[in-house]
Amino acid sequence: MDAARLPGPKAIKTGVMQIKEIAGILDARVLCGEDKMDYAVDAAFASDLMSDVLTLKDDHVLLITGLANTQTIRTAEMSDIHCVVFARNKKVSEEMLELARENDMIVLECRYSVFKTCGLLFTAGLSPVF
Amino acid sequence: MAEVERILLEYNIEGGNFTRAGYASSQIKKVLKQMQVDLGVIKRTVVASYEAEVNVVAHAYSGTMYVAIDPEAVCIELVDEGPGIPDIEQAMQEGFSTASVSVREMGFGAGMGLPNIKKNTDHLEIDSQVEKGTRVAMTIFLDPARRNKEQQQ
Amino acid sequence: MMDTMKVSELTEKLDLKVYSGRKGLSRDITGGYVSDLLSDVMGNADAGEVWLTLQTHKNIMAIASLKDLAAILLVGGNKPDEDTARQSDLEEIPILGTSLPAFEVAGKVYDLLKNDAGIQG
Repeated sequence: MDAARLPGPKAIKTGVMQIKEIAGILDARVLCGEDKMDYAVDAAFASDLMSDVLTLKDDHVLLITGLANTQTIRTAEMSDIHCVVFARNKKVSEEMLELARENDMIVLECRYSVFKTCGLLFTAGLSPVF
Repeated sequence: MAEVERILLEYNIEGGNFTRAGYASSQIKKVLKQMQVDLGVIKRTVVASYEAEVNVVAHAYSGTMYVAIDPEAVCIELVDEGPGIPDIEQAMQEGFSTASVSVREMGFGAGMGLPNIKKNTDHLEIDSQVEKGTRVAMTIFLDPARRNKEQQQ
Repeated sequence: MMDTMKVSELTEKLDLKVYSGRKGLSRDITGGYVSDLLSDVMGNADAGEVWLTLQTHKNIMAIASLKDLAAILLVGGNKPDEDTARQSDLEEIPILGTSLPAFEVAGKVYDLLKNDAGIQG
């Protein structure tokens, strides 16, 4: 499954960022979705509460979270979020990755705090969800 | 023979009373600050104490926190009446939680409580009986040099 | 390492609301922490940090106090519960507010603190 088959933003506009760039900025490990590095998101959202994530209606959002469990993957999938960054050096389990792979998701792991992760991406130009 | 000064504190913890959760830990912090205990030791004690206190509030019907502070260490023991922990090893896993949805929505129940306690204490004992209750006993040495690094993950 | 800025300065620069704990506006900020999980803040936040969260219940004050945080910043337009605000006044730890979401305001706080120190990230 390659990046071209994932729905993508129709036009290049400011605030859009490709996963490969995000992974670089965050010095992140790509745990699955290595073939989808060209996928682009147009906004980012940070939350640890799944009920909050469920309120997201936008497509092509990057989820930044410190809650590393299977529920996070399920909730992201339900909200059509294709890429999740687990911050705070949280361990992502094999069960989580299996679920992510099944749903063509991209999972990144980064050692920075959620605060720093948001800071780095925001200052690099990634937009917030409106 | 030198006299050993010992401070003994006791707090009742009400299950489900989230408004009061943290009160006992706050008192312990005040005492340790007054005693001018090493700041790092205070920080660790506060984290461990708070997590243990919240566990009683989140899962048990009621409990009591016994605190003994002497020149060597602070010992905190929580004894509760509650459902108990069926599998302690499982409960020690990061991310494992039996907290209810409403408790999780408050930001509790992420499954970090017991691991946090272990990380921050120098000695930890947990025993439990299902349908009876749980006892958590922890020791933190006041001298930071005596920190038990083996307990850290 | 980020330089210190006072809570009052942050409030001004980002046009934040001050719900309570005004007496603590002179506190120095050493950094920021973003989390809605209380154990995570207990385990990882540092003294002097501004805690960004959408939790509004009284337990956030217990944590702010136990961890010696500089202030709590409620995101997404959230307001503190009455007893939370009261506790904030007692502890003199400010509760600030913004209608912006966590990602955006964290980005702005990070940017401000970073520039203040004149050091990269």
